Amino acid sequence: MSLLQIKDATLKFGGVVAVNNLSFSVNEGEVYAIVGPNGAGKSTVFNLISRFYQPHSGSFTFDGQDLLQRKADQVADLGIARTFQNIELFDHATVLQNLLVGRHRHRKTSLVEELFFTARVRREEIAHREAVEEVIDFLDLQPYRDKMIAGLPYGIRKVVELGRALASGPRLLLLDEPASGLSVEETQDMRWWIDDIRKQMGITVLMVEHDMGLVSSVCDQVLALADGAKLAEGTPAQVQADPAVLEAYLGAGAV
Amino acid sequence: MDVLQLLVSGLANGCVYGLIALGFVLIYKATEAVNFAQGDFMMLGAFVTLGLTNADYMHLPFWLAAPLAIMIMAVLGYLLHFFVLRHLFGQSQTAVVILTIALGFVIRFVAGVIWGHEPQTLESPLAIGDLRLGGVVLGLADVAVIVVTVLLTLLLYQFFQRTKLGLAMQAASQNQMAAYYMGIPVKRVQGLVWGLSGATAAVAGILFASKGAIDPNVGLLGIKAFAAAVSGGFGSLPGALVGGLIVGVIEPFASRYFPAGYSQIAPYALLLIVLVVRPHGLFAQVRIKKV
Amino acid sequence: MRILFKTSYNDDIRLFPDRWVLLVYGALLALAFVLPLLLDAFYIGEVTNVLIWAIAGLGLMLLTGQTGQVSLGHAAFLAIGCYSNTILIEMGLPFILAFPLAGVITGIVGAIIAIPALRLHGIYLAIATIALSVLADDIIVLLDPWTGGVSGKFPAMITIFGLQIERWTMPVRFYYLVLGVTVICTLFYRNLLRSPLGRAFAAVRDSEVSATAMGVHILRTKCKAFGLSCMITGWAGALMGYYAGAFNNETFSLVISITLLMMIVIGGLGSIHGAFFGAVVVAFLPQVLSILKGAVLGGGVAIPGLETGVFGMILILFILFEPMGLYGRWLKIRIWFELFPFARKDMFRRQKSYLKTERLR
Repeated sequence: MSLLQIKDATLKFGGVVAVNNLSFSVNEGEVYAIVGPNGAGKSTVFNLISRFYQPHSGSFTFDGQDLLQRKADQVADLGIARTFQNIELFDHATVLQNLLVGRHRHRKTSLVEELFFTARVRREEIAHREAVEEVIDFLDLQPYRDKMIAGLPYGIRKVVELGRALASGPRLLLLDEPASGLSVEETQDMRWWIDDIRKQMGITVLMVEHDMGLVSSVCDQVLALADGAKLAEGTPAQVQADPAVLEAYLGAGAV
Repeated sequence: MDVLQLLVSGLANGCVYGLIALGFVLIYKATEAVNFAQGDFMMLGAFVTLGLTNADYMHLPFWLAAPLAIMIMAVLGYLLHFFVLRHLFGQSQTAVVILTIALGFVIRFVAGVIWGHEPQTLESPLAIGDLRLGGVVLGLADVAVIVVTVLLTLLLYQFFQRTKLGLAMQAASQNQMAAYYMGIPVKRVQGLVWGLSGATAAVAGILFASKGAIDPNVGLLGIKAFAAAVSGGFGSLPGALVGGLIVGVIEPFASRYFPAGYSQIAPYALLLIVLVVRPHGLFAQVRIKKV
Repeated sequence: MRILFKTSYNDDIRLFPDRWVLLVYGALLALAFVLPLLLDAFYIGEVTNVLIWAIAGLGLMLLTGQTGQVSLGHAAFLAIGCYSNTILIEMGLPFILAFPLAGVITGIVGAIIAIPALRLHGIYLAIATIALSVLADDIIVLLDPWTGGVSGKFPAMITIFGLQIERWTMPVRFYYLVLGVTVICTLFYRNLLRSPLGRAFAAVRDSEVSATAMGVHILRTKCKAFGLSCMITGWAGALMGYYAGAFNNETFSLVISITLLMMIVIGGLGSIHGAFFGAVVVAFLPQVLSILKGAVLGGGVAIPGLETGVFGMILILFILFEPMGLYGRWLKIRIWFELFPFARKDMFRRQKSYLKTERLR
C-alpha cells in the first residue's frame, strides 16, 4: 500500500518550473530515493511535502489524508519527520535538548501545567526522555548528550539531525542528502542506520542522495529527476541503466 | 497658501529625517546592521560644526568649518568602526543594535560634557533670510535643506549603482564569506561605509542646526527617522528620502488637523502601520529562507 | 571537581541537580530571608530595587534570551502592569487578587500586541517595539481619566489578609513581598526551561524552519513567549510603581526599556543568573557613580546623562570583551578553578563566524 502519494505536482518560481507534473508514490516500509543533478528539484519536492512551498497544482496524499489541508507545522503530527540539506539544528542547545524538541508533537501538557511543573509534566518529561534515550543508544550519541551543537563536528551534527527526526517517532522519514559531507566511514554508518530504521523500526524512508553507492545498497525504489520532471523510476539497477539518466548525468553522446 | 506653507516646512523637516534615514540605509546596505546611534551622529555633527564656527568657540568661517566638520565626522565614523564595530564582525544584528544604542548614550553624554545641555544655535549663513515666492515664505535654510538632500541622495544612489566600490559594499553585506573569497576586503569596505555615514550625519546635522536650536538630546530625532527608513525599506536610498518626506509632511498636518495629544503620535503610528502591513518595509527585499 | 552520578532521568529535570547546588541556593535563600536583620532600612531598599529589576530582567530574558526576540518596548509593559494593578485595587479588588491579575492582563495585552509584531524579524521588531515604548507615553496621557495623565498616580495601599505593606514606612515587609514574587518568577522561569515549551522557545530562536518541521507553531510559540514575558514584566512594573512611590507617563520611558535590554546583555543573555547579575549592576551603578563623583568633584555637582553614558560604556566593553556577560565571566572563572591548573586560555575562544543574510539583490 502506498503511504505517500504525489500526483501531478507542479511548482513554479516566477517563470522557472521547479517541479513539473511530477507523480510518484512511496510504499509503506520501503526506502525510496530521489536522485538527479543539482537543481533538478529534489529538495523542492521535500519542501513541498513539508508544506514549506505551496504547489500550483497536484495532489499530495499521506496515508489517505490530504497533505495540502495541513500547515507546515501540522505535518509533523501526521508522522512525517525530516532532515535538512544544510543541517538546521538548534545551535545554542545541547544534543539532548535538540532531540527532545523532536518529541514536541507528543506534547500533551498545557502552558499553565508547565509553569508549575506538575507531576504530569514530570511524568511526560521522563517518558520523552526514555524515548530520546532509545534514539541516543541507536545512534551511539551517548558521548555527546550534553554537548552544545555549536561545538560539534559536521559528521556528528548530521547524526544528531537524524536523531531529532527519529525522536519524533515518525512513520515517514525524509532525509535530505544524509551522506553529503560525510567521510567514507560515516557514510557506511549511515547506510547501516538507514537499513535498521527500515527493518527494526519499520519506518518508511524517502531520501534525496547523490551517492549512488549508498542509494543502490539501501534503496528499493529510485526516482531520477531532471529539471523538475520524472526521468526514470524503478529499482536502482534499472535507473542506473536507463539511457535518459545516463544522458542527464554524463551529457549527450556519452552513451 | 496655508497648506503650501505647511507642505514646504514639512518637506524641509522631512529632508532631515531623510538624511538620517540615509545614514541608516548606508550602513544597512553594507553591513546588514542598523546604526541606532545615527541620530546622535547627526547631533554630534551639528555640535562639531557649531564648535568650529560659533563666535563663542573657534570662530572659523562657516564655509571652512562645514567641510572640516564633515571630514571630522567621516574620520570619526571610520575610527568607530575600526575600534569598536569591527570586533563585532560576523555577530548577529542584535548585538550591533544594542551596541549602537549604547554608543548613542555615550555620544550624548560626551556632547553634554563638552557643549553643555543648554540649547544653542549655529551661526550659519543659511539661517538668515527668507525667500518669497508668491504668498509663500520659504526660509533659506529650508530651501538649502531640500536642495542638498536631493543632491546627496542622487549622488549616493549613483555611487551604489555605478561604482565598483558601491557594488562591493552591497556584496559584502549579503554574504560576508563569499565576498571575502571574491577578494573584497570586507572589513575595510565596512569601515569606509561607516565613514560615509558619519559624513552624511554631519551634513544632516549642519542643515538641521541651520533650521533651529540644538541640544544633546536632538539625536532622539533618530527614532522618527526610523519611521522614514522603515517606510522606504531599509535597503533603498531613494526610499529613505521618500519615507523621510512622508513622515516630515505628516507631522505639521497632523498637528494642524488632529486634536492635541494625538498629533505627536502620527509618525509612530505610521511606523507601526507600515510594519504591520508590510513587515519588511514598503519595498521588501527579504524572501523566505531557503532550505 | 565534582562528578555527578545520575541514577534516573528524574535527576536531570530536578530543580537542583545535586545536593551541593541545593545547599548553595538554599543558603542564598536563607541569607535573603535574614538580610533585614543584617542591613539597615536604606540598604534593604536598595536590595529590593535589585530584586525588582531582576524580575523585570527575567521577563525580558524569557523573550530575548530564550526566544531570541529583541524588545525595546518593555517599559510599556511595566507601565501596563503598574497601572492595571493600581486601577484594580482602586476598583476594590484586594491586592492578593489584583496583583496576579495585573500580570495576567499585561500578559494578554502583550500576546495580542505580539500577533502583528512577531511577524517582524530582528531590527524591524526592535524598531517596532521602540515605537511602542514611545507611544505608551502618549497613550497614558490620552487615557487621563484612568491613568491620571501627566499628574500621575500614587500606588494603592497593599493589604494582604489585614497585613499592611508600605514601601517607605515598612521597607522590610515590602522587601519580603518582593522577595516572594522574585522566587515565584524564578521558579516559573526554571520550570519553563525544563518543559517542552521552554525547548520550543529555544527552537524558535535557533531555527524557525526546523522548529516548524518538528511541529512547533512559530507564531503561537512566539505569542506565548511574549505573553509570559509581559506577565512577569507586568509584575515587576507593579512593584516598581510601589518602589517609586508615585508614577506618571514619564516613569516608564524609552530609557527604561533600553536600560532593561542592556541590563540582561551585561548580565548574560539566556540565563537566570544573567538577569540577577545585570540587576545588581543597574541598581547599584547610580550609587557607585554618585560616591565616585563625590570623591572626585565634591558633592553637589550634577552631570546630566552621566549614568546612562557610563552604563552605555560598560555595555560596549561587555559586548566587545565578554559577549556572554557577567554570567559568562563567572562560568569561566569557575571552570578555571575547577580545572586548575589545567585550564587553557584558548578554551573559551570564540568560533570565527560570518554573517550571511537572506536578503536578495
